[in-house]
Amino acid sequence: MIALLIETRNINEASTSQGRVKDISFEMLTLAHQISQQHNYPVIALVLSNNCQPIVDEIKQYCHEIICVEDNCLENFNTQIYQPILHQIISELKPTITMIGHSGFGTDLAPYLATTLGLPLITDVFDVELNSTLLVRRQMYGGKIIAEVISKMLPAMITVRAGSFEKITASPSVNLNLSAKVTKKPFTLDQTIFEKSKFLGYGEVPTTGIDITKADVIVAIGRGIKEQKNIPLIEQFANEIGGTLACTRPIIDAGWLPKDRQVGSSGKTVKPKLYIALGISGAFQHISGMKNSETIIAVNKDPEAPIFSVAHYGVVGDVLKIMPVLANKIKELKG
Amino acid sequence: MDIFVCLKMVPDTSETEVRVDSTGKDILKVRLLYTTNEADNYALETALLLKEQFGGTVTVISVGTQSVDEILKMALAKGADKAIRLTDDLFLNGDAWTVAYALYQAISKNKFDLVLTGCIATDDGNSQIGPMLAALLQIPSAAYVTKVEIINNTKAKVNRELEGGLLEIKEISLPALFTIQTGINTPRYPSIIGIKRASSKPFEVLNATQLNIDPNKLAALTEIRQLYQPKVEAKAQFITGSDDEISTKLAELIKEKVGL
Ligand SMILES: Cc1cc2nc3c(=O)[nH]c(=O)nc-3n(C[C@H](O)[C@H](O)[C@H](O)COP(=O)(O)OP(=O)(O)OC[C@H]3O[C@@H](n4cnc5c(N)ncnc54)[C@H](O)[C@@H]3O)c2cc1C
Ligand SMILES: Nc1ncnc2c1ncn2[C@@H]1O[C@H](COP(=O)(O)O)[C@@H](O)[C@H]1O
Repeated sequence: MIALLIETRNINEASTSQGRVKDISFEMLTLAHQISQQHNYPVIALVLSNNCQPIVDEIKQYCHEIICVEDNCLENFNTQIYQPILHQIISELKPTITMIGHSGFGTDLAPYLATTLGLPLITDVFDVELNSTLLVRRQMYGGKIIAEVISKMLPAMITVRAGSFEKITASPSVNLNLSAKVTKKPFTLDQTIFEKSKFLGYGEVPTTGIDITKADVIVAIGRGIKEQKNIPLIEQFANEIGGTLACTRPIIDAGWLPKDRQVGSSGKTVKPKLYIALGISGAFQHISGMKNSETIIAVNKDPEAPIFSVAHYGVVGDVLKIMPVLANKIKELKG
Repeated sequence: MDIFVCLKMVPDTSETEVRVDSTGKDILKVRLLYTTNEADNYALETALLLKEQFGGTVTVISVGTQSVDEILKMALAKGADKAIRLTDDLFLNGDAWTVAYALYQAISKNKFDLVLTGCIATDDGNSQIGPMLAALLQIPSAAYVTKVEIINNTKAKVNRELEGGLLEIKEISLPALFTIQTGINTPRYPSIIGIKRASSKPFEVLNATQLNIDPNKLAALTEIRQLYQPKVEAKAQFITGSDDEISTKLAELIKEKVGL
């Protein structure tokens, strides 16, 4: 059997149009069915919540079975509480593969859980083949290398990269109406866990009032910009073409720009008419926040930078040499 | 507060080409520069700041060959009190589990309040070792931590980073393990005095026998079958020429796309 942990939005985040179940869960359901159809394995979803029914309703068409654990202490995700419960369930069920999203929750939980279960774990996978062995594909070296990794035994656990599979709800080839069998599982928890770990709340990174998601033109800088003193030149250029300045995470980490300028998985997702990427390598976490831009121009001195696989136009060259020249050309064109 | 910080040495590949070697299972290492893994610098800085605030010791530990002495010495120069290098063929031929197990055996023989790791290594991109090590040590953990505040020496209030700028805030009792995300602080540079003092600080080198590790326990659970370069779906149409020619074409392209 294939088991997957359903990841849900917290109640405040979920709007009626979105529902509670996160995209990553629907994506993992697609993957689970790919494997299930080949091996005739049932697909079992694991739902932990203070209120399982709305979640069950969203996914029951796509699962053979749903195992629900319902308790007030499961209102918000918390590794220290989820882990012992999932440990009990998975050690009973022994699914051939257990899937967890490679998300903020999954990266906190999966390595801990795999270790207490004694399961091999392969993280951040974007492709999976299950024959007599489990073979997965994943990126290494910031996307410059793909690794094929095998698990030396089964069962095993994987965490799945967001966006690697189509959502099962959007896939026309999957027409499932499984009407899952729903099982409620009781559980026991060592009460001291509540003293060891307490969920206090969700927070948000403070903003400075600039909303890069509304910009039509974005000029984004990465570590290739080298020094903070080079930023004004780029900012001026951005102003000339009516663009907004944005950046990669290392620029934020260095304190060169405020956090609300960050594009990517832990920043903002943008979709401007034009995105100009300057000295940006194109790590997955960055690309996932800008790949749907209408036109992408990238300037990078490394011809093998992964950014060129999403850019429509590329320039291999030194951004610090090209930008002053380009800024002048723009001024000339504007007359 | 006694703190262990796990440091990994990684090649800096952000600006260089990466090629697969003749075994097909590793990259060509010649001409690569090695440094401390990016997030680990932030983990070390977190430890040094906590030591300045609460006293105690900072021990840095790394699994690797003799070459990792470079990053351990750098950490001592920045203010760590002691370094441990774990070196054994058994450690080096394994996977994430192997490394986590070696770290566990070494760290568990000591008294500690906090273990810090980086949230992800830039070479393998695994994000595994921290929470794995916590599970072995049987202590709670939090991954992708962007803020640590110690309360009464017994608890920590931490912010964890989720997607899209959302944070999870939680309180965790000590001893605990946190995997530190980049940007949490500003890592320091070593001072001249620090560099001088580093050479007189305790530096231990341990192998599997000295740690009393059963070699069977170190067996890898996963294995790299093959590495390859991604097929460049060279989507980009490249604009070439002199800087002047390139700029002219770019300016026209920008004008065409968004007007000026
Ligand atoms: C959980 C998590 C979340 C993350 N979230 C985000 C996120 O939301 N957004 C984000 O951006 N990153 C995020 N990251 C970080 C991400 O993995 C990369 O480290 C980051 O995107 C790299 O930024 P960069 O391209 O600026 O730097 P690098 O990868 O160092 O690339 C710099 C590039 O500049 C080029 N260059 C250097 N000099 C020049 C020059 N003179 N001219 C032209 N080109 C030059 C180099 O060839 C290189 O390609 C996250 C990481 C993790 C683990
Ligand atoms: N060989 C190693 N020695 C010491 N610490 C390591 C080693 N490998 C990984 N780590 C730690 O584990 C973190 C996460 O690594 P990874 O799970 O490989 O992404 C790193 O940031 C380090 O803090």
